[in-house]
Amino acid sequence: MGELHEKYLRMNKMPHIWCAGCGNGIIMGAFITAIDRLGYDKDEVAAVSGIGCSGRITGYLDFNTIHTTHGRALAFATGIKLTKPRLKVFVFMGDGDAVAIGGNHLIHACRRNLDMTAVIFNNHIYGMTGGQFSPTTFKNKSATTAPYGTTDPDFDIAQLCIGAGATYVARGTSYHARLLTDLIVKGAEHPGFSVIEVITHCPVNFGRRNNFESPAQMLLWQKEHGVAARKAKAMPLEDMEGKFTIGELYRSTEIPEYLEEYGRVIQAANEEKQP
Amino acid sequence: MGKKRFNVTVDRTICKACGICVAFCPMSVFTTDHDDKAVVSAPERCTGCRQCELLCPDFCITVVQVEETADG
Ligand SMILES: Cc1ncc(C[n+]2csc(CCOP(=O)(O)OP(=O)(O)O)c2C)c(N)n1
Ligand code: SF4
Ligand code: SF4
Ligand code: SF4
Ligand SMILES: [Mg+2]
Repeated sequence: MGELHEKYLRMNKMPHIWCAGCGNGIIMGAFITAIDRLGYDKDEVAAVSGIGCSGRITGYLDFNTIHTTHGRALAFATGIKLTKPRLKVFVFMGDGDAVAIGGNHLIHACRRNLDMTAVIFNNHIYGMTGGQFSPTTFKNKSATTAPYGTTDPDFDIAQLCIGAGATYVARGTSYHARLLTDLIVKGAEHPGFSVIEVITHCPVNFGRRNNFESPAQMLLWQKEHGVAARKAKAMPLEDMEGKFTIGELYRSTEIPEYLEEYGRVIQAANEEKQP
Repeated sequence: MGKKRFNVTVDRTICKACGICVAFCPMSVFTTDHDDKAVVSAPERCTGCRQCELLCPDFCITVVQVEETADG
């Protein structure tokens, strides 16, 4: 471990609990690199997480942290940002956390456009509870709850968030770690609700059950299936079959940021109080 | 132009033997020991690309530039 880890991680909690080869550690590394580049003071950062293997990240990050309940991280984060607007709020969720139990919170957070950055660890499975399929598990994959293969079509988290009104949406992977850092930096700098979907891997509860022999093979899959958004635009649709776009996917500055809107309510209420 | 040299180390006490560094180092700097943990076998081949540092999920690897020889 280097200076960066010593500065931004709770070293007394290391080594972390994640399984050998799990993508979560790579994402945590990319995240602290982003924080370092942003130059934020540790005390002005708030990290909020839900429940799942991904949610454990707030036990390791040495910022203001809160490990909340399953699916509700965004609700806690919203309260934190509204009461302490100076804080840079980052929200960490798994795919189950963000789009199954917490799906409603996610779409309404997108709609509101409060200045926060959500990082969604999409490993296409419920990792922590032993490999149940999630709304992002691809069709015909094996899961403990789908021994004969899944039948449901999968959600595209990034597209879902664009549709719901998020004003910065990007997709990265744990393999493209440098790109991921860039995307987190840009998401944090964007004034509004930013979502970074991270395609990552759970070697234990997804990989083993779906013919991936090693964590490295799962990273290789990301390398081979992630196509830069700019490049994808020029590709014939059939060449994108089974692949996914990575990079910045959407950005808008036209929708007002929520704190500004909410500020008008505070002002009006204060004026009413005056004698 | 001098050839850059790098010191690559693996903290064996925290290595979880996942094999990622072994698979992704473009210069095949790593091999594995009897516990499948990573071993730095050919540090002289390292180009300092830092792929191993970025992809090790357990932050076991450090790559430090050591010297620059005048004549390469
Ligand atoms: C209200 C509630 N329901 C169910 C659970 C059990 N539970 C814990 S984590 C989890 C899903 C984890 O999947 P995901 O959000 O994708 O996170 P991962 O472990 O894959 O990072 C579930 C269902 C819970 N803790 N709380
Ligand atoms: S169960 Fe999966 S997601 Fe959870 S720590 Fe292990 S490899 Fe990572
Ligand atoms: S820095 Fe690059 S070349 Fe050097 S050991 Fe790491 S992956 Fe290999
Ligand atoms: S990537 Fe890290 S944990 Fe995995 S084998 Fe290499 S040094 Fe060990
Ligand atoms: Mg998951």
